[in-house]
Amino acid sequence: MNRLDIQPQLVEDILVRFLRAEAGKFGFTKALLGLSGGVDSAVSCALAARAFGPKNVLAVMMPYKTSNPDSEGDARQVVTALGVESRKVDISKTVDGYFDTVDVADKIRRGNVMARARMIVLYDLSVEWRGLVIGTSNKTEILLGYSTQFGDAASALNPLGDLYKHQVYQLARHLKLPSSVVDKAPSADLFQGQTDEAELGFTYAEADKLLELMVDQRYSPEDLLAEGFDESFVTKVARRIALNQYKRLPPVIAKLSERTVNHDFRYLRSWGH
Amino acid sequence: MDCRVVLAQVEPTLGNVSANLEVHLREIRAAIEAKADIIVFPELSLTGYFLRDQTSEVALALDSGALQEIADFSGRISIAVGFAERGRDGRVYNAMAWYEDGELLELHRKVHLVHYGMFDEARDFAPGERFRAFESKHGRFGLLICEDMWHVGSSWVHFLSNVDALFVASAGPARGVTEDETGLRSMHVWNKIHDTLALLYQTWIVYVNRVGSEDGILFGGGSRVVDPHGRETVAIAGFDPGRVTAHLDSDVLRRARVSTPLRRDEKPWIIARELTRLASGGQPQ
Repeated sequence: MNRLDIQPQLVEDILVRFLRAEAGKFGFTKALLGLSGGVDSAVSCALAARAFGPKNVLAVMMPYKTSNPDSEGDARQVVTALGVESRKVDISKTVDGYFDTVDVADKIRRGNVMARARMIVLYDLSVEWRGLVIGTSNKTEILLGYSTQFGDAASALNPLGDLYKHQVYQLARHLKLPSSVVDKAPSADLFQGQTDEAELGFTYAEADKLLELMVDQRYSPEDLLAEGFDESFVTKVARRIALNQYKRLPPVIAKLSERTVNHDFRYLRSWGH
Repeated sequence: MDCRVVLAQVEPTLGNVSANLEVHLREIRAAIEAKADIIVFPELSLTGYFLRDQTSEVALALDSGALQEIADFSGRISIAVGFAERGRDGRVYNAMAWYEDGELLELHRKVHLVHYGMFDEARDFAPGERFRAFESKHGRFGLLICEDMWHVGSSWVHFLSNVDALFVASAGPARGVTEDETGLRSMHVWNKIHDTLALLYQTWIVYVNRVGSEDGILFGGGSRVVDPHGRETVAIAGFDPGRVTAHLDSDVLRRARVSTPLRRDEKPWIIARELTRLASGGQPQ
């Protein structure tokens, strides 16, 4: 047994309840999300469909002209399987409009522009759809900082944020998502041939095992070496976690007054709801 | 002591005392209707839990209108309710009040404020300083709030005070979903504590936890009653609001204490001597 194994039915119950309760507080009964054809957004979509009803969930497919056509096919399978509403918004013109104005060669920058263009689409459609944007970032990604700030990392509610990639897969199988979505190699699909694991330089299985001990069980670097982890792997992951903390927090505000937002003005989002 | 207790597993709205008061009054009326003797609400049931800077804004003085409305019903049923209490000196306490016959019979201020991990209570609340048993018309009782229960000394003091039942109000988050146990790890841990302490202290334990969600933290419910043998008698399953009625039976209590007379054989004076030594800086030997 993998120590990361979850009780999928219990997790489904909690996350469906989470989506309904946290959206309901603000008067929302609908949701939308970007559906990429990957496992994370498929799981978020399935949870949203259960929380709000399939007809109250809008899955938005946002290909760029270089996106793998299989991704859209996989996303459509999810839409059919779940019975959610869907819409395709091709971001090629938007993104190329920017690239025509500002010359961008760097693959990372180009990928970030695409991720942020998708964010613009979702937040715009959220007004028309009268729904909240549901996040699709899992705990592994969030800890490793493997996401675009204000891009795919942007959402109102994120049901996956406390699930490691391994646990997302478990939940995906429990939710009976199409096997083409569950079985393929994870990819941000920002450029051709991109896979998460090639880009990160390690596998999700390795990362999950290390992160769970490091973060959840509070193992020290010495403890981790004693567990048999490679020192350079431990150092690399620890460094990624620390370097990417900024992505997990709101912008830093310089303190001047007696009471400053985010420093000593402490209220929950649920404040007044 | 023979009484019928309603466990009111409610879902408080954060910082909205008037909405929460409505829920309390509805539950109290239903419990009166059902001819219960006592109704118990969770920790901070009138105010909500993760209050942060709202703590002082929603804190209730003991003479506040909301508490007076609750007190007014207590002629017909004894009521244990949780709230942020504004003390006379401006300190705010995480408090649990027991109203009976129109009066405040007992006030417990949480001693063991929880301030680690996801919790930050000691920043917003002042700690209570005592554990006192009290005489209700229904029995001799002790009140504890959530983390108080995790420090065995709290309930041990009530045990020495010969309580018939411990009433524990809680705002316990739901967490721990891995496969090594079925159900939430957080609930298993709580249940272990109740079962063990009820058995060792030979007392009834009435545990009332809240439900609902505050910024992604779901409260685990699982309100239940454990008898003086450490056996569950009633429970509310799942995370929904609900209520259940328990019968606290003095015969069960008496039989448990006859068969295993732990209280009779307790030697608190030895413990007191040892505590004095340890508290005055003596080294453990």
